[in-house]
Amino acid sequence: MSDKKKSLNFSNKIRKNILKMGFFAGSKSAHLGGALSISDIISYLFSNMTFTSKEGDEENRDRFILSKGHSCLAYYSALFEIGFLNDNDLKSFEQDDSDLLGHPVANKKIGIDFSTGSLGMGLSLGVGVAISLKKKKINKKVFVILGDGECNEGSVWEAAMAASKFNLENLVVIVDKNNFQQTGTTLDIMPNEKLEAKWKSFGWNTQSIDGHDYDQIENYFTKIDLNSKAPNALIANTIKGKGVSFIENDNNWHHAVLTKKNYEDALMELEKDAS
Amino acid sequence: MPLNIDEKKIKLWSTIGPRASFGMSALDLIKIFPKLMILTCDVSTSAGLDRFRKLHTNNYLDLGIAEQNLIGVAAGMASEGYNVVTTTFAPFQVIRCCEQIKVNAGYMKQKISMVGIASGLVLGNLGFTHCCIEDIGIMRSIPNINIISPADSLETIKAFEAVLKSERSSYIRITGAQNNPIVYDQDYKFEIGKALKLVEGEEVVIFSNGSLVSEAINASKELKKEKINVSVINMHTVKPIDRETIIREAKNSKLFISIEEHNIIGGLGSAIADVLSELDHHPKLIKLGISDTYSKGGSYDFLKKKHGLDKETIVNTVKKNLNE
Repeated sequence: MSDKKKSLNFSNKIRKNILKMGFFAGSKSAHLGGALSISDIISYLFSNMTFTSKEGDEENRDRFILSKGHSCLAYYSALFEIGFLNDNDLKSFEQDDSDLLGHPVANKKIGIDFSTGSLGMGLSLGVGVAISLKKKKINKKVFVILGDGECNEGSVWEAAMAASKFNLENLVVIVDKNNFQQTGTTLDIMPNEKLEAKWKSFGWNTQSIDGHDYDQIENYFTKIDLNSKAPNALIANTIKGKGVSFIENDNNWHHAVLTKKNYEDALMELEKDAS
Repeated sequence: MPLNIDEKKIKLWSTIGPRASFGMSALDLIKIFPKLMILTCDVSTSAGLDRFRKLHTNNYLDLGIAEQNLIGVAAGMASEGYNVVTTTFAPFQVIRCCEQIKVNAGYMKQKISMVGIASGLVLGNLGFTHCCIEDIGIMRSIPNINIISPADSLETIKAFEAVLKSERSSYIRITGAQNNPIVYDQDYKFEIGKALKLVEGEEVVIFSNGSLVSEAINASKELKKEKINVSVINMHTVKPIDRETIIREAKNSKLFISIEEHNIIGGLGSAIADVLSELDHHPKLIKLGISDTYSKGGSYDFLKKKHGLDKETIVNTVKKNLNE
């Protein structure tokens, strides 16, 4: 199977797992839209990163930080696919005393280095980790996924300045630009246009791609220049809810309850995609 | 390798004050803790770190005036095995980035040692944007963080060494100015969470920390002249509070007085009251501090007097309450 086919399969499985966990969550609701929008990027990363060992103490690996922690369903799904979580873990999502809450909780045993979810904090962690890797001469990358709504937070830009100051070419930010945030479009809530220009003006290497197109994703990640002396920002243009037609671009699915009927309809659609 | 502490150094540290002593001691502590990283927000001079910055370029990072990012970067480095110290002026070290502290140090337990310089009223001439009377109250409500308010320059250094050894995150609250009164004129055993009795008395116990420990000692001397023997206890650690000492002293005392350079709400007095309230019988506790107000600014001495944080207030409070 080609890498592309593998990655597309992986994306499809991630989406199915997201819906499954969303369905298990029942009336507790789940953040579906933003998890589905980032699934293709997560799929690529978890197929290609040198990820952590199960003991979580391996130094010579890439680091991953989901700063938009509410999209954890995509993260948990990927961790399931690479064997860090089992079916019972997925069923425990948002249950009492669970390790898998609605935002990631640091737990190296299951491949989660940091607790995230309070928006605007993950990039600072990434800067600290990227500085550390360079100091320790570990030639690996730090990937941080931000939401476009999350970029409202001033602390994101504090971290962006610092990454540039410290020449963190080993740091890669992916902005999931799905053009929605919790209660509306980014245009309505807090306009965030010219994102690429903003990151560029902070001294970052920047590029925009279609965040669902495998070829564009692969092309970007394989061409990151580790001698550029500048951090890297990818603006991934995505569709909130991507992959399930009735969820796509409908912000009611930002955090919502999936009924049995919704779940079955969505699965049917994804089965069709997989074949 | 222990820190080299002698009488001459103690005098020097007192002269330069606790802030500069903190920065100066980093030059020695890095020899003991090679993984030490000091992260600041454009305050190297204010924190006495200029020499450290020049001599240890690999162990020093300036994050600019951006405290939220300071804490996040510190946590990221802590997760990679560095023994990270952050420092800036107390309001910015604790309050500006409070939620970052909650998530990274409290919730996630990434170990960061935070040093809030010029806390309390010492920057009173600059106004209450720069004074800090809220930090202990705010930090006490976040789990998993030690809170230490050292009594003098030497104790600042002892606390610094102790937090670098500690497994947990810590907040060191630095109060006092240059020509800082010496409470400890020789080396002694400092342990996080273990209060130290400095004056042995009867019936009355004065609990204090930070710059006001020396005022409490002076008050005890004044009272002794009038044959009133009070105990003075240095509660350098506000969290974890030394419950054993409080409970033991409560059994044998008629009156507790706490005095601190902090808002009357949430600080040392509140921490003592929390323990007392669990006992069936306990002495009355008078809390001296800033009475939940922002006053006009002024010099350090002016403000301490204005808010009753001085020897005279302690003496009068003891006499008034003993006579009741």
